[in-house]
Amino acid sequence: MALKHGLAAAVLALLGAGGLVAQEKRSGLDYMTPETRAMQEDDMSNPGMLFIAEGEGLWQAPAGAANIACSGCHGTAAQSMRGTATRYPAIEESTRRPIDLAGRINLCRQTQQKAQAFPAESPELLALTAYVAHQSRGMPIAPPADDRLTPYRKSGRDLFERRLGQLGLSCAACHEGHAGQRLGGSIIPQAHPTAYPLYRLEWQTLGSLQRRLRNCMTGMRAEPFAHGAPELIALEAYLMSRATGLPIETPGVRP
Amino acid sequence: MTTRPTLAEAVRGFTGNRDVRPGRVKLDVPPLVENGNAVGITVTVESPMSANDHVRRIGLFNEKNPQADIAVFHLGPRAGRARISTRIRLASSQTVMAVAEMSDGSLWFGEAQVIVTLAACIEDLL
Amino acid sequence: MTRALINTPKQAQQGEVIEIRAMIAHVMETGHRRDAQGAAVPRNIIHRFQCLYDDVEIFAADFYPAMAANPFIAFSTVATTSGVLTFAWTDDQGTIQRATAEITVV
Repeated sequence: MALKHGLAAAVLALLGAGGLVAQEKRSGLDYMTPETRAMQEDDMSNPGMLFIAEGEGLWQAPAGAANIACSGCHGTAAQSMRGTATRYPAIEESTRRPIDLAGRINLCRQTQQKAQAFPAESPELLALTAYVAHQSRGMPIAPPADDRLTPYRKSGRDLFERRLGQLGLSCAACHEGHAGQRLGGSIIPQAHPTAYPLYRLEWQTLGSLQRRLRNCMTGMRAEPFAHGAPELIALEAYLMSRATGLPIETPGVRP
Repeated sequence: MTTRPTLAEAVRGFTGNRDVRPGRVKLDVPPLVENGNAVGITVTVESPMSANDHVRRIGLFNEKNPQADIAVFHLGPRAGRARISTRIRLASSQTVMAVAEMSDGSLWFGEAQVIVTLAACIEDLL
Repeated sequence: MTRALINTPKQAQQGEVIEIRAMIAHVMETGHRRDAQGAAVPRNIIHRFQCLYDDVEIFAADFYPAMAANPFIAFSTVATTSGVLTFAWTDDQGTIQRATAEITVV
């Protein structure tokens, strides 16, 4: 463990993405009640698994003018998608800009399947993204060592630390300054996106990291960035680099 | 807007004014929950679950939701044991009650208090 | 498409009490909420759940809006003979979703 955390710290230092020095990195899972943890950890009681089952169906269903399924090119997801979610957001070669996993799936859908992109936060996009991410469950988050991502991580970090909205809060003010303490009845987690898309009891359904970030901005009384906005992708890229080494949990359960 | 029946009134809807005794029914529910949208609950009734002596129905009720009913479970000797787990919604901190109707017509109840903590950052600010 | 997860033992001893767990994707709209425009969202819940063991009802439940979204239920039955467990969920729109699980009794 010491070695792993040492490595993670080294990677963060290289990325210029430090920030968690005082506390050991912890997933939000660690802050939950035993009941909510148990709901996540038992696949038969984790409601997110309903969406994984749907995602598996979508993976195998031919779609679009090309009438080809994800599995038509990528075969068995358990093999071809193993580890994929640990590396996103990544640079998309055709645009030379970062893209998150849901964006990558939608791009594949448009360019390969010749199908309409799924709308942001649609059940299909969430199910397919969760199914792909689920293939990396238990694997450590390992953002690519790609210099082209550095400026985006930097701008994501700047956003994370910038005070926004009517309450004058930043992400960092709560999730670094007060992580582990209570806000109302809730414990403030360290904001590591280890388990997305995840089933939030508040939402009563599966949702993306972008939904959560927009949700946080509403809580800060700030105008949320639009789904798919470059700011949200930059925040995702920064948060994933900040969470390096923590295992993927998809589909997580959170209160 | 009509007011909801009280917990006692809701239970009477299930028991039809027959006597309901405390005991034989156990509710397992966390005393404090992080979110009231999915509260895990297990109801266990002491019963041999034989052809002559078994649980026929279990009614589950709440004190403060917009509606008092949660669920009614129908079971019989083929269940083997009278234990049911499910997940319920609780709008606020309140009492939850389960009433079991036995094959001899007797009625028994158990209850539990649940504290629902308020989430700090919710999406819907309405 | 039925999105349900059923968990039962594939095999059991005759007379053994087995646990059955069933979960299904459903919004369980309470009828007490309003949408962003202020209009009441009509109730749509699964109001009836039934489990048959070779066509004989062994367990049923009436659900009300206080049941959580994506309803989960765990109950038990005595393994009698090798056969099929059939699950049916009926919602307010009249949609009946079904799932089955086979059990071998030795």
